[in-house]
Amino acid sequence: MTFAEQLITIAVVVAGTMLTRFIPFLLFPADKPTPPLVAFLGKVLPAAVMGMLVVYSLKDIDFTAPAHGLPETVAVALTVLLQLTLKNLLATIAVGTIAYMLLVQYVFM
Amino acid sequence: MNKYRAAFQAAFPLTLPICAAFLFLGLSYGFYICSKGFSPWYPFFTSALVFAGSMEFVLVTMLLGAFDPLYCFLMTLMVNSRHLFYGLSMLEKFKGLGWKKFYLIFGMCDESFAINCSTNPPPGVDKGWFMTFVTLLNQIYWVAGATLGGLLGSSLQINTKGLDFALTALFVAIFVSQWQSAEHHAPAVTGVAIPLACLLLLGPRSFIPPSMLLIISVFIFAYYKGVRQP
Repeated sequence: MTFAEQLITIAVVVAGTMLTRFIPFLLFPADKPTPPLVAFLGKVLPAAVMGMLVVYSLKDIDFTAPAHGLPETVAVALTVLLQLTLKNLLATIAVGTIAYMLLVQYVFM
Repeated sequence: MNKYRAAFQAAFPLTLPICAAFLFLGLSYGFYICSKGFSPWYPFFTSALVFAGSMEFVLVTMLLGAFDPLYCFLMTLMVNSRHLFYGLSMLEKFKGLGWKKFYLIFGMCDESFAINCSTNPPPGVDKGWFMTFVTLLNQIYWVAGATLGGLLGSSLQINTKGLDFALTALFVAIFVSQWQSAEHHAPAVTGVAIPLACLLLLGPRSFIPPSMLLIISVFIFAYYKGVRQP
């Protein structure tokens, strides 16, 4: 690939990414009333998207690998439990992540 | 000046877990792209302009392959299709923020979206500046990590294995806190069940677009069945 071809490839990826971020705002501009169906979607989607992000961030777990996805399962369960009891986002994330790091570095090596 | 300081002070602590994960993931990205023979300018510019983590790793393979802009464009739309839902969720929240709105949309990566969508700043703190600082800080962490990774390369030897779990933990923790404050759980259950089913059926590469199509179909169906509140 020449330098110009590289620049075009990067520009195309930037344009594609920005398109996916800007489209909803271009379709439903702020100065016009949002259609009721779209407003409804705006209210139900956040909860659904966060669920989808959880699945997305765990998509590459390999249950056939030696650890059988145990570190992820244990760390996610711990994170859920911590958030339910502590209700403190930062503490939950810190303890959950440290627990996962200890698991993959020392327990399931 | 106080307005900015208050917004910054509300935003900064929330971005700390992302700081840890982004520095680490950014380092791996910068190291990876430079190990393929690119100069450190590449991680700097691509991380600042694309600013979508998984897409940047895909971009490296694109730059190493044959020149095919149309394929790259369509591939980008597919990998980043989940952003469409972020925009739909933020239509109301981003209203009336002037030029900040443009930057907030430009910088709406998974993690900035997750925080800006689920968190309201304390009373008295400017919402627009709060969200702008969350987005800006996250972008700074990512670009700094990527550039450093390109510059330092393999001379870096710390055992950070598993640190990327901070992002999973962030999504899980926000999911749980949203669950606790929600009256009805149907949207959250839909958001987990459908992608999970699609992942098991289709595998990790292409399950997001069909998941989104099914999720939105379910919600549109519910709307026409008379459901109006989440």
